[in-house]
Amino acid sequence: VISHVIPRVLSKILIPLIMLFALYVQFHGDFGPGGGFQAGVIFAAGFILYSLIFGLPKARMVFRPRVLQVMMALGVFLYGSVGLAAILKGGNFLDYSVLRHNAVHGQELGIMLVELGVGITVCSVMATLFFLFTERRRREDV
Amino acid sequence: VIVICLLTLLALTALIIVRARSLFAAAMLAGIYSFLGAGWMLLLDAPDVAFTEASVGAGISTVLFLATLALTTREEKPRARRPWLPLAAVLVTGAALIYATFDMPRYGDPDAPIHQHVAPHYIKHTEEEIGVPNMVTAILASYRGYDTWGETTVIFTACVGVMLLLGGHAIVERFRRRKDRGSKERM
Repeated sequence: VISHVIPRVLSKILIPLIMLFALYVQFHGDFGPGGGFQAGVIFAAGFILYSLIFGLPKARMVFRPRVLQVMMALGVFLYGSVGLAAILKGGNFLDYSVLRHNAVHGQELGIMLVELGVGITVCSVMATLFFLFTERRRREDV
Repeated sequence: VIVICLLTLLALTALIIVRARSLFAAAMLAGIYSFLGAGWMLLLDAPDVAFTEASVGAGISTVLFLATLALTTREEKPRARRPWLPLAAVLVTGAALIYATFDMPRYGDPDAPIHQHVAPHYIKHTEEEIGVPNMVTAILASYRGYDTWGETTVIFTACVGVMLLLGGHAIVERFRRRKDRGSKERM
């Protein structure tokens, strides 16, 4: 936990911006550089900054490890279910063209959902890894 | 000029990382190395890769390195063995790789084999087939959807592995507590 005023205030300003930027990278990935993977990493970085400044116990209250574990699986599940939905609609696995009446719209929807799945998984995996490493140290200190 | 500067800096950083005894310094330098690498990729017109390199290589992996250092020691143990055999292996492999680059087409050559296979299809038809302006996203998420699906599951699996390795203690505790409760209830 860092008790200096300047890092605390600065991080309070920065963390929302970092997370907003992550969302921008996530949903603007179709138009500019970026996508689910980068967005997930940036989001997790904002979260790691939070836990460095305000301490792990508080961070664990914001992002519960159980929730992170569920989210980790949820992202993969979302990706896979988009693929299965394409099969149910009569296409191949992960063939987004059949998802909507128009192939291009289907592709856009499919890419959006798939990237969202990647982003959710990556973000929660990175946060979980950070927790696992830092928690282990705390337990050994005790 | 910028490319030469960046590549020199890259090589210098790599050398310093190899020489560094302090693992803390090595971790920070690895972050700098990733950042320089990201800059170089940006110069090669690959902003998506540069983005990933900057966020993952310079950001998250540095944090994870430091967290690992907190678990172990900060200093590298001095090595006793003579490094001649590894050095020879590295030199031979490096020479073979450099020799192989002589057969490679010039960078950006439109007639190179890699630009003849599926790349023209992607460049010509992405707009009408996918309708997404960023071609990299279209290829990664749609044309190469299987690969990205595999990557996502790899990340997931890796995290499950780390959870079992590092968080195993908590799981065992919970299991033991549940077993204790069960045996008490039976009594």
